[in-house]
Amino acid sequence: MAKQELLGLNGNEASAYATKQVNPDVVAAYPITPQTIIVERFSEYVADGLVDTEFVAVESEHSAMSCSVGASAAGARAFTATAANGLALMWEILYIASSLRLPIVMAVANRALSGPINIHNDHSDAMGARDSGWIQIFCENAQEVYDASITAWRIAEHPRVQLPVMVCMDGFTISHTMENVMTLPDDAVKKFVGEREFIRVEGHMGEAELRLDPEAPLTMGPLDLQDFYFEHKIHQVDAMDDALEAIKDVDEEWAKVSGRGYGYAEPYLMGDAEVAVIGMGSAMGTVRHVVDELRQEGVNAGMVKLRLFRPFPAAELKKAVGRVPMLGVMEKCISFGAPASPLMEEIMTAYYHDKEKPMMANYVVGLGGRDVSPAMIREIYGSLLKNRKAGKVSKPMSYIGVRGD
Amino acid sequence: MSKARTWKELPKGAVSYRSSRDYKTGDWGVDAPRIDQAKCVKCNLCHMLCPEGCIAVREDGSPEPDLDYCKGCGICAKECPVKAIEMVRK
Repeated sequence: MAKQELLGLNGNEASAYATKQVNPDVVAAYPITPQTIIVERFSEYVADGLVDTEFVAVESEHSAMSCSVGASAAGARAFTATAANGLALMWEILYIASSLRLPIVMAVANRALSGPINIHNDHSDAMGARDSGWIQIFCENAQEVYDASITAWRIAEHPRVQLPVMVCMDGFTISHTMENVMTLPDDAVKKFVGEREFIRVEGHMGEAELRLDPEAPLTMGPLDLQDFYFEHKIHQVDAMDDALEAIKDVDEEWAKVSGRGYGYAEPYLMGDAEVAVIGMGSAMGTVRHVVDELRQEGVNAGMVKLRLFRPFPAAELKKAVGRVPMLGVMEKCISFGAPASPLMEEIMTAYYHDKEKPMMANYVVGLGGRDVSPAMIREIYGSLLKNRKAGKVSKPMSYIGVRGD
Repeated sequence: MSKARTWKELPKGAVSYRSSRDYKTGDWGVDAPRIDQAKCVKCNLCHMLCPEGCIAVREDGSPEPDLDYCKGCGICAKECPVKAIEMVRK
């Protein structure tokens, strides 16, 4: 295992530092809170000559993603970062990146979507992009951001995947909070990410690497109508299926180099748990703290931290949840008019065909950056215990911490 | 529906595995140009302005549209300075 250095980094700096070590060919970005520090730091690395990257200061996020698509299609490693409305402005290009199978890596400092205008954390931005064909990894702390910002390249460029990856971190809570981050030496990171791998495809002039090369021309992004579009969408379905395995392999390899492996769904004290909370992101650290307190008070509480949302790791999630009878799904997003919030819908769908499944209730927390306090999490566990005792879910959907609710 | 390939056989990334020459888009059009070669002054404007690039120039300088790729837009007829091109039903 490589010798590591402990640095004080916030999530944004961890992302920038890892990306410096990866040394991508192109970074195209537009500043938006709470992501700005990532590209600010990175542009300093460029100015100081610490990276070989072509830094493109574009005029909008739509251009940032378009530029990344162009660079990645030309065979470059392309990185960008954004949040909230910036991600929303990238929307149409997100789908183009994934359907053209371009392994772009993007940091997303999750922030509430306007309006009313808000710059603080929730997951409404990334959840809105959940159908765009991107792999989505949600980090709990700056260390996970550092690790994911390196492994993301190997996942994206894996020959059986070839899809773009979003590394999501909670805006401010992670992006602006300095933490201890163990970092690998540059050469260890360089060795781990290696060179970008290209798959070979059959083009109109014969077989070629999937990239734009005047010596071996390909047509990328042609009109694709009733006769082929559907089949190409199945390619993306297939790649997402394969990504589950690839992510596991890359994680295991990273664990050998760094000592840190994550898996998709991390159970905590689930063995004998009677009630448990599942969720993603920084709030799960607070949940772990509350679980410890509840355990001391004699409550059999547990939790599962989900790290991967796309592709959705249903099998590993169920393994982590185990046989807990009452499960609370805690999330920072609302799908207006839907029967539940996105994570709840995914989990319920994953369990629908199973004979044995936990009772489930949905708890929406922390919209627009509202603090998710231990007291609120206790309220959730209280509600779960009540449901468990009654043997039924009295309120399938609750908004925790809303005045008047 | 093309009876061509299944999704397993198609190249990834939706790249074209055939040349654009194989896609005979001329059947999209309703009209096609008919050139009166007697009127034509061989200025080649139609050759230069055709958005499909489907009007070739013969050795003697006269234009020859390839209707396999002509979409019938009528730009050639509109721009012809001596009105030697007429759009007719395909």
